[in-house]
Amino acid sequence: MNWLVEPFAMGFMRRALAGCIALSVAGPPLGVFLVLRRLSLSADVLQHGILPGVAIGAAIGGATLWVMGLGGFFAGLLVALLGGALARATAGREDSQLAGVYLIALALGVAIISQTRGVDLTHVLFGSVLGVTDEALFLMAGVASVALIGLAVIWRPLVLESFDPLFLRALGGHGAWWHLGFMALVVLCVVGGFSALGTLMSLGLIILPAVAARHWAAELAGQIRASVALALAASWLGLMLAYHVDLPAGPAIVLTAGGLWVASLLAGSRDSLRARLRRPHFSG
Amino acid sequence: MGAVSGRLAARAAFVAAPIVLRNLTLTHERRPAVHHLSGTFAPASLTAIVGPNGAGKTTLLRAIAGLHAVAEGVLDLGGLPARAIGLLPQASALDRGFPVSCLDVVALGALGRVGAFARMPQAELDRAADAMARVGMQGFERRPVGSLSAGQFQRVLFARLIVQDAPVMLLDEPTSAVDARTEAALLGLMHGWHEEGRTVIAVLHDLELVAAHFPQTLLLAREAVGWGRTGEVLTPENRLRARLAAEAWVEAPEICDAPHSHAA
Repeated sequence: MNWLVEPFAMGFMRRALAGCIALSVAGPPLGVFLVLRRLSLSADVLQHGILPGVAIGAAIGGATLWVMGLGGFFAGLLVALLGGALARATAGREDSQLAGVYLIALALGVAIISQTRGVDLTHVLFGSVLGVTDEALFLMAGVASVALIGLAVIWRPLVLESFDPLFLRALGGHGAWWHLGFMALVVLCVVGGFSALGTLMSLGLIILPAVAARHWAAELAGQIRASVALALAASWLGLMLAYHVDLPAGPAIVLTAGGLWVASLLAGSRDSLRARLRRPHFSG
Repeated sequence: MGAVSGRLAARAAFVAAPIVLRNLTLTHERRPAVHHLSGTFAPASLTAIVGPNGAGKTTLLRAIAGLHAVAEGVLDLGGLPARAIGLLPQASALDRGFPVSCLDVVALGALGRVGAFARMPQAELDRAADAMARVGMQGFERRPVGSLSAGQFQRVLFARLIVQDAPVMLLDEPTSAVDARTEAALLGLMHGWHEEGRTVIAVLHDLELVAAHFPQTLLLAREAVGWGRTGEVLTPENRLRARLAAEAWVEAPEICDAPHSHAA
C-alpha cells in the first residue's frame, strides 16, 4: 500500500492535495448550479476568459501569483458580464457569440504569454503540482472559503432564480444581481484552481463531479454532497496519477473526474445504465 | 403570536387601497395587449377576468404584479409593495426539472417575511406543510417537483400562494389542468380569501364557473367590453362583441393617435 501514501511524502504533493481538497469542497456545489442553470458551456467560456487576464497579470507583475490571479479574476468578471449582455442582446441564443469570445480569449492569452519572459505556457494552461507553492495554497484555500460562504449566503435567492425567476421578480428581487454574484463565485474558484490545474482544466473539478452527481441523487442537497465526494476522490486519485505517470496535474485530475463520471453513468443509482437495466416499478 | 397579529394589521392596512387603472395601455413591442383600459378593482372584491385568446388577460395580471411595464396611462396600486401581491402564474414558465422538494417550493412563499438570507423558521415550514394539506398534497412534502403531474404542480403553486399570505391574489387560469375535486377545493380557497377581505382577481375561461362563483367580471378584449356585476357583464351581446373584437385585430395596425378617446 506504499504507493498510496508515498506520493504525499513530498511537500509539494501535500500542498497540491490540500489545495485540491479545498477546491473540491467549494467548486462542485457551484458546478451543480451551473449544470442546473444550463450554464456549463458559458462557464467554459468564462474559464478561457481568465487566460488573457492571467497573461496580462504575468506581463505586469512577472510570475507573481497574486497579480496573475487578480488579472484572471477581473478578466473572468468581464467575460461573465459580456456573456450576460450577449444573452440579452440575442434573446438567449448567444452560443455562437460565446464561441467567438472563447476563441479570441484563448488566442489573446497565448499570444501575450508567449511574449512574456519567465512564464511557462504549459504550466499556465495545464497546471503543475510543482506550481502549488505556499502562496498558491493560500490562494486556493482563500477563494474556496469565500466561494463556499458566498454560495451559502446567496443560496435561497439563487435556488429561486434558477427554479422560478418570475416569482423572485414579483417579490421585488433582482435576479440579474444574484446571477452575477453567482458567476463571480465561479470565476473565483476557476482562478483559485489555475495554478494547480491550469486555466484550461480548472473548471474540470467544478463541472465534471457536478455532471456525475445527478446520477447519484434526486435532490439538490444530495447532488451537492455527491459532487463534493466525487471531487475529493478525483483530487486524490488524480494527484496520484500525476505523480506515478508523470502527467501535468490538470489533465490527471480531469481524466480521473471524467472516469468517475463514466462510472456514475454506468453504475449510478439514477438515470444510469444500471438503473435502466434493472428497474422493477413500485407497487403504488 | 405578536408577529402574526402584526402581519394581520399590516394586511388590513394594505387592503384599504383599491387597484385603479386609468387609461392603461400595455404593449408587447409596440402592439397593444391592453388598450386604454380604465376601471377599479375594489378592495376585497372577487373578480374574474374573461375574454378571448390574446385579449390581454395575462398581460394585465403581470402588470399588476409588477412584471410588465406600463406603456401609457396609470396603474395605481395605492402604495402596495411588490410582496403584497401574490401571483399564481401559468405553470409553464417554471423550470420543473429543478431538483427541489415540494415543501421547499411551498415554503419559499414565505420569502417576503423571512428574507433572502435568514434561516427558514420552523413555524414557516409548519405553515407550508399545512398549506400543502389544504390543497390535498399532504404526503408529497419530500417529493421533487419534477415528479408531479401538471395538476399536482398547480396545487403546489397554489399552496405557495397560501403561504405568501398576500392581501392581493392574482391567479392566471388557476383551475386549468386540475381535476373536478381539486377545482372545487381551489374555488373554496378563493372564496375563503374573499371573505377574509383580500382582493382576488382570476383569469378564467369557464364561463359557467365564473357565473357561479365570481360576483364581479371584467370581460376583456384589449379594451373593456364590460366590467361590473357578472350577470350584467356576461350577456350574449357582450360576448359576441368580445369575439368580434378579437377577430378584428389586424395584422398591420396604424398608430393609435387618440390616446384619450377611450378614457372613461
